[in-house]
This record gives sequence, C-alpha cells and structure tokens, in this order.
Amino acid sequence: MDNYKGCVMIYAEQNNGKIHPVSYELLNKGGEVARKKGVKLIAALIGPMEIDENELIRRGADAVFTVKEDDTYSFPDENTYANTLVHMVKEVSPDILLVGATNFGRSMGPKVASLLGCGLTADCTALDVDEEDGALIQIRPAFSENILAHIKSKNFPQMATIRFKEFDEAPINEDHVGEIIEVSKPISMPQLIEVIKEIKTNQVDLVNASVVVTGGKGLKSKDDFKMLKELATLLDGVVGASRPLVEDGFLGKAHQVGYSGHRVKPNLYIACGVSGAAQHIAGMKESQYTIAINSDPSAPIFNVADLGIVGDLYEVIPELIKQLKGE
Amino acid sequence: MNIIVLVKQVPDMDTVKFDQESGTVDRSSAGKEMNPFDLNALEMAVEIKENTGAKVTAVTMGPPSAEEVLREAISRGADEGILLSDRFFGGSDVKATARTLAAGINYIGDVALIIGGLQTVDGDTGQVIPEIAGYLNLPHASSITKLVGVSEKDITIETDLWDSTYVKKAKFPVVLAVTKEVNSPRMASFSTKMKAKKAEITTLKLEDLKELTAEDVGFKGSSTFVKKIVVPKATSRQGIKLKEEPQIAANKIMGILKDKKLLEVQNG
Ligand SMILES: Cc1cc2nc3c(=O)[nH]c(=O)nc-3n(C[C@H](O)[C@H](O)[C@H](O)COP(=O)(O)OP(=O)(O)OC[C@H]3O[C@@H](n4cnc5c(N)ncnc54)[C@H](O)[C@@H]3O)c2cc1C
Repeated sequence: MDNYKGCVMIYAEQNNGKIHPVSYELLNKGGEVARKKGVKLIAALIGPMEIDENELIRRGADAVFTVKEDDTYSFPDENTYANTLVHMVKEVSPDILLVGATNFGRSMGPKVASLLGCGLTADCTALDVDEEDGALIQIRPAFSENILAHIKSKNFPQMATIRFKEFDEAPINEDHVGEIIEVSKPISMPQLIEVIKEIKTNQVDLVNASVVVTGGKGLKSKDDFKMLKELATLLDGVVGASRPLVEDGFLGKAHQVGYSGHRVKPNLYIACGVSGAAQHIAGMKESQYTIAINSDPSAPIFNVADLGIVGDLYEVIPELIKQLKGE
Repeated sequence: MNIIVLVKQVPDMDTVKFDQESGTVDRSSAGKEMNPFDLNALEMAVEIKENTGAKVTAVTMGPPSAEEVLREAISRGADEGILLSDRFFGGSDVKATARTLAAGINYIGDVALIIGGLQTVDGDTGQVIPEIAGYLNLPHASSITKLVGVSEKDITIETDLWDSTYVKKAKFPVVLAVTKEVNSPRMASFSTKMKAKKAEITTLKLEDLKELTAEDVGFKGSSTFVKKIVVPKATSRQGIKLKEEPQIAANKIMGILKDKKLLEVQNG
C-alpha cells in the first residue's frame, strides 16, 4: 500500500449501511486539497457487509480501503470504529486525515487522534494548502463565530473534522476509476461497550429539509408556533427555532438552528422574529434563499436576507397563509 | 466507587466583549462561570452518588483562580476538588490538555467513571473528553442524552448517534461525555455552599504528574498551533428590504415562492 503513502484520506461515515452525505462533501474538499498537493485521494470505509463502496469511487476516490463485517460494525460504537480506523491509518500512512463533524465523527475523531498521538482541529469550515511548505491549513470559527483561526499541525497525520453542510457534495462521474482494497480488521479489539438496542425516533429532519420556517423571540407564546407550523406544512417544510425558544421549551433541541444547534442549507429559509445573532447566522447562512420578517428595520438578520420584510410577523404570516391557501 | 467530573471555568458568553477590529476577546469584561455542559456532568455524578454512595471528585486545569469553579462544584454536590495548575501548562491545545488531565486522573487512581460535558462554550472543540479516554486507554461514549441505570459493574445510558438513539451498556471504568438534555442541574444549598467555602482544594503541579515531562504539556506538548487569527467579514447578501402593508408583503413573498417553484408541492 506504499503507493498511497502521503495521500489525503477521508473517513467515509456510514450509518446503518448507508453512506452519510458528509462523506461526499469530504471527497469534494479532500479532492481539492489532494489535487493541490498532487497526491491521491482515498476513502476509508468501515461498516456492515451490505454497503456499496463504488459510489465513493464515482465521486472521486482513487481507492477505497474497507473493513466490513456485520457483527462488529452494525452499531455505532466509536471505540471499535476508532481502533479500526487507526489500524487503517497505520497501514496507509496518509499525510492528511479528514472526518465529518457529525455526532459520531466528533466522538470517534478525537479518539483516533489520541490513539495516534496527533493533533486535531475541530469543526473546520475551510481548508487550504500552505504554498510555502505544503502543510494543511485548518480554518475554524472560534469564540462563537467571532473569529476564524488558521491552524497548522506539528506532526502527521494532519487531522481535522469538517462541518457537515459546509461544502457541496462531490459530483458523480461514472468514468472515474479507482480500486477497492479490503483490509483485515484489527486482531484484538475488546468490545467493552455493548449496544443494547436502537430506539427508532421520529425526529424532525431539519438538516435535509428543503424549506425551513424558523421562529425567534419575536414569537410571544408556544402556541404561536402553530402558525409557523401551518406555513411550513403548506410549503412542505419543517419548523426551526432560535436557541432562546428551545431553552424556553417552545420546541425540542432537534429544531434548533445555529452554531450550537443544526446547520441547515435549505432552498428556502424563512426567519420570523429572529434578530440574526452571529451564532444563529452560523447555522443558516448557506441557505439558498432567505426571507426575513422582523419589525425592527435595523435587525442584523436583514444583512443575510435576500428578501427582508420589515413588519409584524403576526400580520404578515397570517396574510401569507391566506394567500397560499388561495383564499 | 470513585467518580471524576471534569469541569472548566469559562467566561459568560452572553456578556463577554469582543473587539471586532483586533480580533481579541476581553475576558475581564464578563463574569466567569462553570461551563454549562459541565453542570450536567456534575449533576449526573451526584445522582449516581446518591444511589451508590460513590465519591465525586471535581477536576479542572487552569490558573490558580480556577479554584473557584471547584468550589462551585462542591457547592453543587462534589466531595472534593483537584486543580491542575502550573505555568508549564500554558498554551495547551486539545492534545496537551487531554494528556495533562489524563495524568491527573491517573494520579488520583482507581476511578470507575469519568464524566465531562460534551463541549465547552469558549473553546468549543468537543474533543477533550474522547481524547482523555484515548490517553487513559479507556472506552468512551459521547452525546449522552439519558442515564438509564447504574450497577456496581456497569452503567447504561442513551446516546444520539447516526440520526437515531441507542441504548448502551458500558463496563467500568469508562469515560462519558454528556449533553444538556441528560438532566436538570440542581442549585447549591446553603449547607453545601458553606462546605464549599471551607473545602481544601488540592493543587497538582507538573512535578506531581510523574508520567509527564515539560515536553508533554503546554505549548511544547501541543500538536497544533494557531498560525493566524482572521476576523471574518460579516456575511451579507445584496437583498431587498421592504416596508409594506402585510398584504403587499405577503404578495411579494408569493412571487418569490412561484419563482423558486416552491408552490408546486401544494398545487399538485
Ligand atoms: C455560545 C453560544 C451559542 C449560541 N448558539 C445559538 C444557536 O445555536 N442558535 C441560536 O439561534 N442562537 C444561539 N445563541 C444565542 C444568540 O446569541 C442569540 O441570543 C439568539 O440567536 C437570539 O434569538 P432570537 O433572534 O430569537 O431573539 P432576539 O435576539 O431577542 O430577537 C428577537 C427578534 O424578534 C423581533 N420581533 C419582535 N417582535 C416581533 C414581531 N411581532 N414581528 C416581527 N419581529 C418581531 C425583534 O425585532 C428581534 O429582532 C448562542 C449564544 C452563545 C453565547
């Protein structure tokens, strides 16, 4: 496997046998870095037997290294996954290792870094290659989105977790070729944490929704979310909330948009009574089209809106619902 | 049974002042408090203590003044506090921080459970707890949303991973990182506040941590360094802003929805 030494390796996260879209985003950004450095791009895939690794090749991987087994990898135990990834990293010796900053990646990634004794930069929103020494520049927002820190590693692999929904997915290219290399799993791997069962939850899928209608402190009561829910339903979307409303129990944490909540990138984002604090904008600034409704003409949310409506949400939204229903 | 809770003193992020021009944070501009996620970690430890008689030790790394956060932990139910403080620890990145805290935990020894918050509100890397587990060579579980039960040998919890919820059972010793959903932290009582005031706080220096040298900690022991800090340009869009009667405003939105083909769902 010497011919892949010094490559860019991305961890291709899968959930229950399905490749997570952050893996395709990593192939896109990781591919860019690999081209700048003139090295190969490879994906490390760990999971149950059923997964199809060809999709990773069609999206740009020069090789996919896989460890597959049903018993060991059917449940998310970060410890077994970390041990396996460390084993692969030692076989391949990549210069750069990228992991998606999902709940799972944010837990497994640092375990991998500590087992390798390397550094790790969390939650990067941009990557670059230093023209002088070819080192990876890991760029991350710090101090609740107020500054951007440019970070470099002192040793290898240069490792970073990358925010989900920050980059576009690598496009499919049917002609791209690559090889699939099966790696045996590490010999001794005590399973000290037992996954007893999965509880299927019916959580809102804020992250993948194409329309998000978000309520902020401009909403006077929990009951008023009904109005936003009605609007969201008419647009086949879901409702989101700013942090204070989640903390007041208006909606569950699964609905929170922002730096400490979810990052969304819908086709349409409608912010109702949201002031537009930096921590909120961090979660929605990638939206394709943003409409803001706020009674205060100086609210910062207007700076990131494509269409700003200065007005009372209690007047505008019912009117909009009326028009949508064709009344 | 010994439980360690890792805590950190952070600035109150809602009031801390930030200078957009220079990109610096004026830490003296805001009060200090216990990292909000650590309150949940502490509460979980104290709940386990109430059921099992375990001893809870709060551990932090920081300047001498970080002693305050240990007293706060004691006022909220911890039995004692240990401060890792040494000028050699300055400039630590995640790796150096995790190694130092892991060495502190080894110094205490014979620990069944180590609990920390999922992330801090100032550093916000969410990496320290899993890295500590790595340097201690222990398994860990993260994103914990519920404590299901504890026995003498193991602990059962719920965790949010892979867009689902999983129930996991972990044998001791184990390292856990908890979310804010896991419980509602209690307030300090008058008697525990008095206890906290009088408590002896143990301070450990580098020389006490036999497994580490000056090369392993602080800036020297770090594997990453900040090359530069940039103040990002505020993202802004060339949007239009309208102040119209609700009916006209709604009509304008309707126009956008039609343009964006977002009405098709509804019209069939
Ligand atoms: C570490 C940290 C993490 C954070 N993470 C997040 C996060 O993930 N997500 C998040 O959202 N916030 C987060 N915050 C909080 C953030 O700083 C703001 O406090 C929060 O976003 C403000 O919420 P809001 O806009 O709903 O409320 P406000 O700032 O109070 O704004 C309410 C707005 O409603 C408008 N309004 C009032 N009445 C009406 C009406 N009738 N019609 C129309 N408009 C009206 C007002 O003009 C105002 O602009 C975080 C903060 C910190 C320190």
